[in-house]
Amino acid sequence: MIAFDNVAYNYGGGELLSEVSLRLAPGSFHFLTGPSGAGKTTLLKLAYADLLPTAGHVTIFGNDVRSLGRNDVAMTRRRIGVVHQDVQFLDHLPLAANISLPLTVSGRSGNPRDLTDLLQWVGLGKLADALPPSLSGGERQRAALARAVIMGPDVILADEPTGNLDWDMSLRLLTLLTELNRMGKTILVATHDLNLIRQAKSLVAARVLRIRNRRIQLAGADL
Amino acid sequence: MTALLAQLLATDRQADRVVPPTGHTAWLTTFTAGAMTFLAVFALALSLATGRLAARWSEALANTATIRISAPPEQMQQQTDTVLALLATTPGIASSRALTDDEQKTLLAPWFGPDLPVEALPLPRLIEVTETGEGYDSEGLRQRLAAEAPGAVLDDHTRWRRPLATAAARLNLLAGLSILLIGAAMAAMITLAANAALAANAQVIRVLRLVGAQDDYIAAAFVRRFTLRALAGAAAGAAAGMIGISLLPAVDEAGGFLTGLGFQGAGWLLPLALPPVAGLVALFATRAAAFRKLREVQ
Repeated sequence: MIAFDNVAYNYGGGELLSEVSLRLAPGSFHFLTGPSGAGKTTLLKLAYADLLPTAGHVTIFGNDVRSLGRNDVAMTRRRIGVVHQDVQFLDHLPLAANISLPLTVSGRSGNPRDLTDLLQWVGLGKLADALPPSLSGGERQRAALARAVIMGPDVILADEPTGNLDWDMSLRLLTLLTELNRMGKTILVATHDLNLIRQAKSLVAARVLRIRNRRIQLAGADL
Repeated sequence: MTALLAQLLATDRQADRVVPPTGHTAWLTTFTAGAMTFLAVFALALSLATGRLAARWSEALANTATIRISAPPEQMQQQTDTVLALLATTPGIASSRALTDDEQKTLLAPWFGPDLPVEALPLPRLIEVTETGEGYDSEGLRQRLAAEAPGAVLDDHTRWRRPLATAAARLNLLAGLSILLIGAAMAAMITLAANAALAANAQVIRVLRLVGAQDDYIAAAFVRRFTLRALAGAAAGAAAGMIGISLLPAVDEAGGFLTGLGFQGAGWLLPLALPPVAGLVALFATRAAAFRKLREVQ
C-alpha cells in the first residue's frame, strides 16, 4: 500500500527524519509513537503526499510520489482517509455535507441512507445538520473519522486522533478504527498515548513503530 | 474555450456551496464589472461616432471642389465665364456653377453678420465643382486654369480632408485603446478580488485538496462565482450605458460632433456583446489567479 525506502525529510533547520524504511501491508494495523516533535505528523504527511521526501522514496499504491502530478495526488488521496490532529472542516457547511465532502469533490453522489448509517456508526446521527463550530472535540474527531472513511479508502491515517478526547471517547474511537481494520482497511495511527496502544493490543494485532533519534524502529517489550 | 464554458456551466450547486460566500469581493467584482462596462459603452459609442464622422466628412468633401476667382471687378465676369466653359469641357466634372451673391453672403454670415454688403466688398467669386465617380485630373485642370483664367485657383479640399480624416482615425484609435484599457483594468480588479477571495479561503482550499479535490474542481467553484458576478455587473453597466446614450440629443447638423455620439441601427446591438466579453475576461482572470494560488498548496 504505502512504502518508505530510506526516506529522509529536512525542514531546513536540520534533518527531522532519516533513513526511514517501512511497509504498510494491506489490512495491517500500525501505531506510530514517539515524543512530541519527533516527526510523527511529518511521516504521516509524507504518507499522503502532503510533503515530498528530501531523500529516499515514498511509494503510494505502487507510485513514487515524486512522479505524481497534482491531479494524481488528488486521485491518490481519494484512496486514503486522513484524520487530522487539528480536524479541519468547512465551517459554513453542516456536518453531513462536511462528511460527504470527499464524495462531492469526486463527483459521486452517495446514498443518503449510507450517510445516515455512517453518522449513526460514529454516534453523530442527531448532529447531521449541526455546523462544525458547534461540535465538541470528541464529536469533531468522530466526524473526521466518518469523513475519512466515506469513500471506502484502502488506507486510513490518523494523526493523534484521541489527542483532545477523554479516555472513554478515546476507546470508542479506537474501537471504530479496529472495526475498520477488521473490514480489511490498512490503518496507521500516530499517537503518543501509550495506554491507548496497550489497550489496542488487546483488540487487534497491531505493530508499534517508534521514532527515535530521527529513525524509525519497531517498539518491543519496553513499550 | 468551449470546454471551459461547459465546465463552468456544469459545476453543480453542491460544488458551488463548498466555497463560502466571499463577502466584499462579491460586490466589488459586480461593481467593477458594471462601472467598467458602463465606460466601455461610451468608448464604443465614441469609436462608432468617430468612424461615422470620418466617413461623413470624407464623403462630403471627397466629390467636391471649389474654384476661387480673384480678379479686378471688370474682369470678374469674363473669367467666371471662361472657367465655367473650361469646366464644361473637362472630363470627370459632373457639374459646376458659380455661387450667387446671396449664397456667398450666407457663407460669410457666421463671421460678418447678416448685414454684410457683399456687393461693396472685393470678394472672390466661388465656383462649386462636383466630380463624377471617376474624378478629374486636378493637376491638368490647374494648368489650364493658370493659362486661361489667371485669377482662378482650384481647391480640391485635400488639405481639409487629410487632417480631418487623420483626426477621426486617431479618435477612433483612442476609443479602441480605451476599450482595451477598460478591459485590462477590469481584469486587474477582478484578479485582485479573486486573489483576496482565494487568500481568505486558504483553509477551505487546503481541506478540499486533502479530501481529494482536483485543481479544476476548486478553481471552477471560484471561476463560476466571479464570472457570473462579472456577467451580472456588466449587464447592468451595459444597460445603464445604453440608457445614457439613448438620452443624448439626437443627431443635429448644428450640434456637430457631440450630438452624433451614439448608436445607430444595428449599432445598438454592439453594447450587448460587452457583458459576455466581461464574463470571459473574468473567467480567464479568475482561472489564472486560482491556478496560481492553487500551485502554492501541495
